[in-house]
Amino acid sequence: MATASTTQDRAAELNVLARKQRSLWQDAAYRLFRNKAAVAGLIVIFSAFLIAILSGFIAPYSPTLIPTSPASQMEPLWTGSKYTDPRYLLGTDFLGRDILSRLIYASRVSMVVGFIPTSIVFALGVSVGLTAGYFGGWLDQLLMRFTDIVYAFPDFLFLLIIVASFRNSPFGKIMDGLLLIFVAIAIVGWVGVARLTRGQVLSLKEREFVEAARSVGATPRRLMTKHLLPNALAPLIVTAAFSVPGAILGEATLSFLGVGIIPPTPSWGGMINEGFPLFAANPWAVLLPAMCISVVMLAFTFVGDGLRDALDPRMKT
Amino acid sequence: MADLLEVSDLHTQFFTRDGVVRAVDGVTFQVAAGETLGIVGESGCGKSVTALSLMRLIPQPPGKIVKGSIMFDGQDILKMDDDDVRGIRGNNIAMIFQDPMTSLNPVLTISRQISEALELHLKMDKSESRKRTIELLELVNIPSAKKRVDDYPHQFSGGMRQRVMIAMALSCNPKLILADEPTTALDVTIQAQILDLLKNLAREFRTAFILITHDLGVVAGMTQRINVMYAGRIVEKADTGELFANPKHPYTWGLLRSIPRLDESRKAKLVPIEGLPPDLIAPPPGCKFEPRCQYRRDVCREKEPELVHIPNAKSDHESRCWGTQAGGWLVDTDWRREIGDTRLIEAIKQETASVTATETPGE
Repeated sequence: MATASTTQDRAAELNVLARKQRSLWQDAAYRLFRNKAAVAGLIVIFSAFLIAILSGFIAPYSPTLIPTSPASQMEPLWTGSKYTDPRYLLGTDFLGRDILSRLIYASRVSMVVGFIPTSIVFALGVSVGLTAGYFGGWLDQLLMRFTDIVYAFPDFLFLLIIVASFRNSPFGKIMDGLLLIFVAIAIVGWVGVARLTRGQVLSLKEREFVEAARSVGATPRRLMTKHLLPNALAPLIVTAAFSVPGAILGEATLSFLGVGIIPPTPSWGGMINEGFPLFAANPWAVLLPAMCISVVMLAFTFVGDGLRDALDPRMKT
Repeated sequence: MADLLEVSDLHTQFFTRDGVVRAVDGVTFQVAAGETLGIVGESGCGKSVTALSLMRLIPQPPGKIVKGSIMFDGQDILKMDDDDVRGIRGNNIAMIFQDPMTSLNPVLTISRQISEALELHLKMDKSESRKRTIELLELVNIPSAKKRVDDYPHQFSGGMRQRVMIAMALSCNPKLILADEPTTALDVTIQAQILDLLKNLAREFRTAFILITHDLGVVAGMTQRINVMYAGRIVEKADTGELFANPKHPYTWGLLRSIPRLDESRKAKLVPIEGLPPDLIAPPPGCKFEPRCQYRRDVCREKEPELVHIPNAKSDHESRCWGTQAGGWLVDTDWRREIGDTRLIEAIKQETASVTATETPGE
């Protein structure tokens, strides 16, 4: 017996102690950070966040300040035309407001609109999907038929209808219309997540480890949150990463159409809208906010791709 | 000794589009505290469904326990509400599943999974349950348990995972452990280790076991009593020694005949039982084994025999066969000659004798 235990200790020394502990998430993070595009995307997103948070310090002017001396429609400095002003690096818009400051402040709207509705979408979609998938039966039927009805509406049209019809109500004016946009994007978006979660749960709940957990006496709630959800998380995270740019684009489109953020609060979509009539005279007033939208969306897409590859290494494109 | 578990007339059925599957059809048996009972039979004979029924884990719908009672420690599990059943699962009755590769949650660490029951039933806090988890892993002989508690299941081999499953089952000191083919998914050397471990634990903790398997070799060394199941029914039950010394059902003979033997010439073929177990939606009207039985007579097709005591056998030996009942045509048949060589059976018998001698509860 003495030799047996020493052999065991020896084996343990050789095999176990030398090896580093790595969890599934650590593995995924490792793969994510090896992906150059994803890292670049993360850097862009992180910078955008910093700019949004610190916009009060970075921006040279107030985004809504209309200068008394007429200085409207200045072009950016590098164009070298006579319509430039060294005080306004990126020029001014049709009311003479500093475009740089407006771009910086507008990042707040985009960041908030990217993350808050996505959180609502997930809270709602995951709970509906988990409940429907786990309990099945009539509850599943009820929840999923309701989901189907919402799903059947064309996404953007639905969004537009909600925003347009509540825009002039007191609710639509809270936070310059941001709250209404949150709610509208969430109402449109949760169905996809609910369907995805339900699909995952349906296949996961037949797995043996769920039965094993049940045989230990786990309650339905525990089964759902500790056993089913963590296993369904990978595709959900990827969906989340892709739904953030979707929400940003949604807000930008609404603002461009004039039903989004209530002016004068700056938003990139709104700035395109304002610059559009004078596009021929000063295209930069449109191009600059459009580039901001593109860069942020591209960054999120890169991160989403990176997450997908990192969380499911088997699925190589 | 009072029985820990008393199952009587248990009927579990699955209501499918094609009809009612009578997966467990009137099963009655008892398990005393500290006793090890083997349930043996082919695939699809209702062994696992019996085990799942005991813990009320039958997926519902389509499954339903339609009749019978399961008295555990004086309470009828079938009459309990869901909360009470959950209080029993893992706490008083635990289960070890067949395939350790799929029975552990891939995204939770070993310690999280084992402490689940501890936190649920014994209301331990994090540090207590962690300490206990390490003890349990040491108990099931996992080397350097302290280092390995935070590992994920994919870092364990199949045999190690089954040890983890056993540790999980033992965590709350249950009175009864259901082991559903605990070694089927493992290779033979690991099988022996796991069986050895189960045997030692059963002795050490005086835990009652129900060992479900299709392998008579496994139950021979492990159990005190055996139920042979076929088509949702118990066709023969006896003490392990008695069953191997004096089997009284042609199905048991068939199972014994299909055990591979190392001591026979290479040319000798394994003799399987011809055919498949019957469709449980429309089973044969008479004896369920009749279509596959080489000793069948007309009476077998017409009427199903009852589970009755066997003449010239120990008192608690029962079998469900017209042929071996009093006055039957198989009473005097020498089963040894029927199944061929006897050396293996002798070997099993010896092993059984040593087990029952050392493992009688009460020591």
